[in-house]
Amino acid sequence: MSQTVPPAGLALHVALRGMAGGAVLLLAVLAGVILGETPLPWATVHAALANNLWGAGLPVDAIDQGIIWSYRVPRTLVAAACGAGLALAGVVLQALVRNALADPYLLGVSAGASTGAVAVTILGIGAGAIGISGGAFLGAALAFGLVAALARAAGGGPAQMVLAGIAGSQLFNALTSFFIAKSANAEQARGIIFWLLGNLSGVRWPDVTLAVPVAIIGLCVCLWHMRALDAFTFGADAASSLGIAVRRVQIVLIGAVTLMTATMVSLVGSIGFVGLVIPHAARLLVGPRHGRLLPAAALAGAVFLIAADVASRMLIPGQVVPIGVVTALVGAPGFALILIRGRGRT
Amino acid sequence: MRIATYNLGWASGGRPIVEGITLEVKSGETLGLIGPNGSGKSTLLRLLAGIAPRPQGHVTLEGEDLRRMKRRDIARRIAFVEQQADTAEALRVRDAVALGRTPWLSPLAPFGAADAAICAKALAHVGMAQMADRSWSTLSGGERQRVHIARALAQRPQVMLLDEPTNHLDIHHQLALLRLISDLPVTVVIALHDLNQAMGCDRLAVMEGGRLAAIGPPAEVLTQTRLGRIFRVGGRALHDPTDGATQFRFHCLEDPL
Ligand SMILES: Nc1ncnc2c1ncn2[C@@H]1O[C@H](COP(=O)(O)OP(=O)(O)O)[C@@H](O)[C@H]1O
Ligand SMILES: [Mg+2]
Repeated sequence: MSQTVPPAGLALHVALRGMAGGAVLLLAVLAGVILGETPLPWATVHAALANNLWGAGLPVDAIDQGIIWSYRVPRTLVAAACGAGLALAGVVLQALVRNALADPYLLGVSAGASTGAVAVTILGIGAGAIGISGGAFLGAALAFGLVAALARAAGGGPAQMVLAGIAGSQLFNALTSFFIAKSANAEQARGIIFWLLGNLSGVRWPDVTLAVPVAIIGLCVCLWHMRALDAFTFGADAASSLGIAVRRVQIVLIGAVTLMTATMVSLVGSIGFVGLVIPHAARLLVGPRHGRLLPAAALAGAVFLIAADVASRMLIPGQVVPIGVVTALVGAPGFALILIRGRGRT
Repeated sequence: MRIATYNLGWASGGRPIVEGITLEVKSGETLGLIGPNGSGKSTLLRLLAGIAPRPQGHVTLEGEDLRRMKRRDIARRIAFVEQQADTAEALRVRDAVALGRTPWLSPLAPFGAADAAICAKALAHVGMAQMADRSWSTLSGGERQRVHIARALAQRPQVMLLDEPTNHLDIHHQLALLRLISDLPVTVVIALHDLNQAMGCDRLAVMEGGRLAAIGPPAEVLTQTRLGRIFRVGGRALHDPTDGATQFRFHCLEDPL
């Protein structure tokens, strides 16, 4: 924004960057489809994709085609959407709360979404009317509301928000466990606990049609407010005196964060560290301004979660490691590195 | 641009912090805001900027009630430099100044060459042009303060509200800032601690316990009785024969004269 690029040059700049980002994402998705427990040759993948996308009619083994089109493609696309959504949620929360530790996981939003989803699944509360995603959204919104109210009562600073978030996470995780202990049979409980750790095994095409639009809408809403997010750099009062309608922007952006988090959690369980580590990594690469940070974080989150999903399938042969375990195994040391490298910068 | 208040006040938890402020600052005038610590200067400035929640009374800009105006329209007219506003972001100086353009930009009218020129000029005004690429965390307190002022200048406001902007500044930059402010064709309300610097304002408003104790030309406002009663100091007026200016020499009231 502060480079003196004429408008036409700026548009070209943005278009070129967008295309480069799109190419990286496409490559990552293809890698996600090719790699797996049994890596499939490119010719098979190409044939399966061509047959399904534009009816090419190429000869390909029906089982391979089924694995690729009904299983790996949706799974990879949902991983990309989840990674992007969670990373965006982290960027927005860090800007609004003005705390480097803010992310949907630490602020209790993911825990609330899990509780909501579990309540719908096993207690059947409103199952028909709102569905699992709706339950997750209500749970996430309730958790964020409680956390924000607690932070406000405690004095309302950035540190209070994270402390309140920790309390909120604990509360909602406890509620989830309580629901499971009270109402789930052993089989259900095993499934839910596996899902809670993050699991993309059950993902099919209908999930893609939910996750991808939510991620794209989330990205658009955030990008529309990129200047407002920049204006929060020096706090909400400074944003207000720069002409930002603080209350309205907070509501819209928190709404977007809640929607993205709840959708992703309801589809794949609660995956930590993406919303925390990816925004920081993206900041190191492209700086703190949101016009570049938001797309960079979305792309990095998408690629990271595709990679984590591939790793979760390949790490132990014949067994799927929960993706949340993979993101934590990579994310925790990654975060430590960022903390050390960021010393003096932040 | 004329900014006026009528019976302006603000309370916290039922306790009045500022109350009954009625004043008017004429277009182009510089009003100095003085008063002891905790007398309500910062709160009054936040009220004038329209960012204090649930204000009592009214603030008007050219007769228009601030509460009826959009935030964006207010920000195009009023710039506010807070007493302390800091960030942990590794943001560059030029990006901090560019924030001042926020109320003039939209998704359809992005930051362009004209905005860049305005920001460069604002940075030059505060003597920070050569530091445009420095990271915020590497700046000293005084340099940060000057960046905030450049950010406010980049807002191209008609009213500037400054909360003790000379704090942290070395003597050269204090004087340079005060001259810059008096040269700008904008209305200024500036909270100041240094009463001798306050003598350079067109008028002074004295705050005491959240109320307006006096308002008027510096020489009329800063009387011996007021200095003693409100600031709890004695002051001897010294005259500089080269330009006839008055400066005070202060002493504690307990001290022997
Ligand atoms: N947000 C607030 N909540 C409660 N009290 C406040 C708040 N802001 C300021 N005060 C109190 O109001 C009084 C005036 O503060 P302030 O306007 O900052 O004074 P000044 O700037 O003149 O030093 C102080 O006693 C301060 O403690
Ligand atoms: Mg103050």
